[in-house]
Amino acid sequence: MKEYTLSIYTEDQIGLLNRIAAMFTRRKINIESLNTSPTEVAGIHRFTIVIFSDEDAVNKLVRQIEKQVDVLKAYYNTESEVIWQEMALYKVPTNVIAEKVQVERLLRAHGARVVVLRKDYTIFEQTGHREETDKLVSILEPYGLIEFVRTGRIAIIKASSGFHDKLLEFEENSLQRDVLKTQEA
Amino acid sequence: MLKTQVKAASQTKHEVINGAEAVMQAIIGERIDTIFGYPGGAIMPVYDALFDYRDKVEHILVRHEQGAVHAAQGYARATGKMAVVFATSGPGATNLVTGLADAMIDSTPLVCITGQVPSALLGKDAFQESDVISLTMPVTKWNYQLTDPNEIPEVLARAFYLANSGRPGPVLIDITKDCQLKSFEYKGYSPCQKVRSYRPKPIIRPKYIEQAAEIINSAKKPFLIWGQGVLLGGAESELKKFVEKTGIPAAWTILGASALPTDHPLNVGMVGMHGNYAPNVLTNQCDVLIAIGMRFDDRVTGNVEKYASQAKIIHLDIDPAEFGKIIKPEVQVWGDCKETLPLLIDSVHPNQHREWKAEFDKLARSEYEEVIQNEIHPQEGELTMGEVIEVINELDQGNSILITDVGQHQMITYRYAKFTQSRSKITSGGLGTMGFSLPAGIGAQVGLPERSVISISGDGGFQMCLQELGTIMQHKIPLKILILNNHYLGMVRQWQEMFHDNRYSFVDIESPDYVKLADSYGIPGKSISERDDLKDGVRQMLEAEGAFVLEVHVTKENNVFPFVPPGASVSDIKLK
Ligand SMILES: Cc1ncc(C[n+]2csc(CCOP(=O)(O)OP(=O)(O)O)c2C)c(N)n1
Ligand SMILES: [Mg+2]
Repeated sequence: MKEYTLSIYTEDQIGLLNRIAAMFTRRKINIESLNTSPTEVAGIHRFTIVIFSDEDAVNKLVRQIEKQVDVLKAYYNTESEVIWQEMALYKVPTNVIAEKVQVERLLRAHGARVVVLRKDYTIFEQTGHREETDKLVSILEPYGLIEFVRTGRIAIIKASSGFHDKLLEFEENSLQRDVLKTQEA
Repeated sequence: MLKTQVKAASQTKHEVINGAEAVMQAIIGERIDTIFGYPGGAIMPVYDALFDYRDKVEHILVRHEQGAVHAAQGYARATGKMAVVFATSGPGATNLVTGLADAMIDSTPLVCITGQVPSALLGKDAFQESDVISLTMPVTKWNYQLTDPNEIPEVLARAFYLANSGRPGPVLIDITKDCQLKSFEYKGYSPCQKVRSYRPKPIIRPKYIEQAAEIINSAKKPFLIWGQGVLLGGAESELKKFVEKTGIPAAWTILGASALPTDHPLNVGMVGMHGNYAPNVLTNQCDVLIAIGMRFDDRVTGNVEKYASQAKIIHLDIDPAEFGKIIKPEVQVWGDCKETLPLLIDSVHPNQHREWKAEFDKLARSEYEEVIQNEIHPQEGELTMGEVIEVINELDQGNSILITDVGQHQMITYRYAKFTQSRSKITSGGLGTMGFSLPAGIGAQVGLPERSVISISGDGGFQMCLQELGTIMQHKIPLKILILNNHYLGMVRQWQEMFHDNRYSFVDIESPDYVKLADSYGIPGKSISERDDLKDGVRQMLEAEGAFVLEVHVTKENNVFPFVPPGASVSDIKLK
């Protein structure tokens, strides 16, 4: 079992999230993280999904996803093939934190910043890898961490040259190159 | 909102019509001639619009929405054309689900149109509201909910295009009642040619054809298995040319049946759990296995680990997700076999594999002696299913379209029925839906009124959709109905006998008096249990002017053989 990041380019359609999610459910694959986002191309959406799986299963899954009518392209990559980030927000009681922690040092050490500072609570934000945001949780917990929330992963495929060209191929029905990454596999 | 680039219709008259009328315009625009449906509150505007088109489209009023989908399946599979299904919201729509699942797994093109509660009531638990889009998502190739009549022409065009292109499948369009009623400026209907995110067919790459041809040309013991892809692609004559040029023995999956006549010398029978002996055994001896438009279903492969592991596999399919899904091919030829087969035919050498073919013949003889003979020509005892099928062969010479249900009679029919024409055998293969045969038979008969169509069911499955006798009565559909009554849920009983120590748990099923039942629908019928009456009974059925119900009491505890036991390898197929 390995961690895979799936990048799925789709049309903007109601219910597509459902359709894609069902493909994981049906195979009893847990979705570790999911993010939907616009892309560099207007009207094209991108799902970023993280799962633990073996290569064979993820390869088959991606083919099935790509088969969905409103999906243009689906890729899967290992951790080393992508640059990825997650963002986390932490809400802590201002009085405790101000009294017991050297806030500035903490922020600096973790690349975090203050988003909101109020009398009753403070909100920090940190962007990074899972271990990093987890680390800050463990540091803040003793000081009465009130709330913690983390986004889904967003990832950029190192080797990708974006979706503009690919879309042209779709428009022209001339998918010559890379017709199916998976066909070659 | 859909963002497609469908060109505006050629004629630019801008009339104002309502959504329901636009639905009918789309149906006419697609030259759909048959609708199977059932009305209800949320689809009433569409039915109202349909009223004015009664002379252009035939609407068959079924007795249950499941029957409507199965009928549309039978229609599509017998004719190659699409039919439309109408159903109302809530229970009407949920009743479609079994049929959709069946059509999805068997790649059958059809378009369902369901009514939905008014858009203002969506999500409010309105009367007869159900979340049809979510419910049918996994069992449709595509589905979409319409709330704006302006979208109707384009969305329906897309629905018809998607259902019947690439690897076909069912599409469902859910239309809110207000959308059906609302007027809008109608700009005409034009069929869809392209959906940008969807590739029904790839550009065929010669590299793979060459690789495949090279392997085939040097094969010593090549073997071919074709599936429904050949029928869906209309590539029957290409298949025939290919096997005749190469001399490769060819077998079929249950859904591929009838693409090549049974009496073709290179047709070596059916593969799979109850398939023929030779093709199953020799799957594990061939050196090259050419799989065309088939998906290596587990009922075909048996134990995958021990399936054709000695062979180089060449897989031709239109759906790239099938490559390596179950069996990893050496070469994958992606494309419609209607296009790839001719290229392959050009690149393969003429050949004959006489000795290799003789191995098939030898095994076929032992299957005949040990299994077939007793099944189709029993000398004594009660009637068998096989001899009923053999009498049909004798009397109709393989010209009827046979639609089976699911169970022992299904396997027996596929094993023994002869056929001469493509698309003349239809069954629920992937889902194995009992109750399929009667409504699917209706669909096939409606689509091909001149052909002889026989719906064959077991006593169990017949009772699952027998309400459709009402449809047959009302629409005077001349369907022939054969019930092979073994007084058991036979296939389950066989497994209980073989794997559960004869513990017959709830497989003993009682039947009504089928002749009386048929009679109450005004359908003539006959019930027989004696060998002496068999031929006359079948003849009477075949020669009947209209519908006819023939019940044949057959021996109760017959088992279907050969048999690849679950978990076993195909070459461990048992003859008894
Ligand atoms: C809707 C549905 N329910 C249950 C089954 C499981 N099943 C498969 S074959 C079979 C027995 C069918 O009995 P019958 O229709 O009498 O046919 P026979 O096997 O006796 O020829 C059953 C219950 C099924 N395939 N479909
Ligand atoms: Mg039975």
